[in-house]
Amino acid sequence: MMPDVQEFLQIDAPALLAAVLACAACALVGNFLVLRRQGMMGDAVSHAILPGIVGGFLVAGTRETLPMMLGALAAAALAGLLIEVVRRLGRLESGAAMGVVFTVMFAAGVVMIEQASAAGVDLDADCVLYGQLETILWLAPKGWASLANPAVWAALPREVLTLAAVFALCVALVGLFYKELKITTFDPALASTLGIPAGLFHYGVVLLVAATAIAAFEAVGSILVIAMLIAPPAAARLLTDRLAAQILLSVALGVLAALVGYGAAAFGPMLLGVSHSLNAAGMIAVASGLILALAVLFGPRHGLLGRRRAVGRLRAAPGFVAPEAQKP
Amino acid sequence: MQYLWRTPGSRTAPEEASPIGTPPLEIRGLTVAYHRRPVLWNVDYAAPSGGLIAVVGPNGAGKSTLIKACLGLVPSVSGTVEVFGRPIAKQRRLIGYVPQRESVDWDFPVSALDVVAMGRYGKIGWFRPVTRAHKEAALHALERVGMADFARRQIGQLSGGQQQRVFLARALAQEAQLYFMDEPFAGVDAATERAVLQVLRDLDAAGRTVICVHHDLQTVSDYFDHALLLNTRVVAQGPVARVMTPDLLSRTYGGRPMPAPAALGALGAEAS
Repeated sequence: MMPDVQEFLQIDAPALLAAVLACAACALVGNFLVLRRQGMMGDAVSHAILPGIVGGFLVAGTRETLPMMLGALAAAALAGLLIEVVRRLGRLESGAAMGVVFTVMFAAGVVMIEQASAAGVDLDADCVLYGQLETILWLAPKGWASLANPAVWAALPREVLTLAAVFALCVALVGLFYKELKITTFDPALASTLGIPAGLFHYGVVLLVAATAIAAFEAVGSILVIAMLIAPPAAARLLTDRLAAQILLSVALGVLAALVGYGAAAFGPMLLGVSHSLNAAGMIAVASGLILALAVLFGPRHGLLGRRRAVGRLRAAPGFVAPEAQKP
Repeated sequence: MQYLWRTPGSRTAPEEASPIGTPPLEIRGLTVAYHRRPVLWNVDYAAPSGGLIAVVGPNGAGKSTLIKACLGLVPSVSGTVEVFGRPIAKQRRLIGYVPQRESVDWDFPVSALDVVAMGRYGKIGWFRPVTRAHKEAALHALERVGMADFARRQIGQLSGGQQQRVFLARALAQEAQLYFMDEPFAGVDAATERAVLQVLRDLDAAGRTVICVHHDLQTVSDYFDHALLLNTRVVAQGPVARVMTPDLLSRTYGGRPMPAPAALGALGAEAS
């Protein structure tokens, strides 16, 4: 059974495009969180932006992207600052400081939503967590031929356009500041002595993660954002020992997870004969987890099996005497 | 565009920035505190031009902090630091830094050559890629520490001594006039110790000034020309022959009578 072209273009294509762009952007910036050992910052930022989103929504009174984006960025900046304050004044390790700040801010956001919905405003916490991938529609295309018409492309859903813009921004910034991101991540002290503002780059990474999380959460939800910030870069790290290769691979793995996860959600129930639909964002997160598991098992140098094989080769080498045989 | 926050036109060449007579490093009244506890107290020091200088003192004496405060990596409560007569922010290109080996994550996905090339970033500046010429300079620096064969190796697969040599090569690639090194001899094998010493002597011969935090009292007099005895305050400073005395060392190490450095070797042998 082949779903017809128009249905695919109007329903699946925009959702798939949004998922692919969200995953690619998250994976790209996620590399610098994972390498800075700040994976928790992904959780922190994607939760802490909630009060900013609600605030932006309440102030502007619309679901336009810009006010919510500005509110969320302000909340992310506030979260970054609060984490530093709590860490220094409370003398906590940064993971604990992040844990305190993001839960409190997320709770504040939930309270704000409850208050707002009491006033008859349409916002709910569920769509923040799980996203609304299924509701992204692109009504313009009527078939393959209509894709030649630029007006059809101009009518792409707002979420897709926002995600495309944020992904382009991430690519541009990582490309422009690649060298500086590399050195401030690896050795911030040396970077500072060279005159590169390492602290500024730290906040820059946090803000870029925030911008990506904001653009992505509406479409795919904050849970997928967190998974995509960590899983593809972590998997890519196990597959290569080169930073540039890791970054490119992580983006490719993010896209792969989006395609596999969305495919499983959209066509899996049909193939399995199950009537329940699957949540696409959830399936993408599952796919990214599976990819990471595969990398852990089969990674060439760092994978569990690879390491075993290396030990085996060593033992088989001529002249090797097993330690247990050396004991008197 | 350099990482100095100035326009390229106002940039002065390193040679012009080190007029004869200005000490490579001059510290006046430097006080640093962590959580209100003073770590360095009113430190005054002028490093002699050229030569190898050891910073010696017990654990917690503020040796690493002194280097970090000079480099602007930790905030100071009071005092000034000048490099060749000007604040450090204006002399970044004259400075090389070798941090403690434990200060970075050696699992990071870069090769030895990548790390050494980072020493060139100050010369490359914003928005420019690492060119072939810079990579060659980095490779040359690796050659000088006997690590050229490991250029493509991921840094986590190097031994501790090899990692230390990579850090040293990175400092060489900086082509600085004044080097700060935080325990370059700590926990290294004999081959690395020789390599590090050779690099220090080459730098000395080329007229550079090297300030090293150093732990091993036995080797201070052999490896270094000058010493700065530090225990929160400056206890003594000057040529090693004058300051590495039992009296001054015991004052540095907290009042206990200390055997002369020559006798330390015998003690160390007994202990091990």
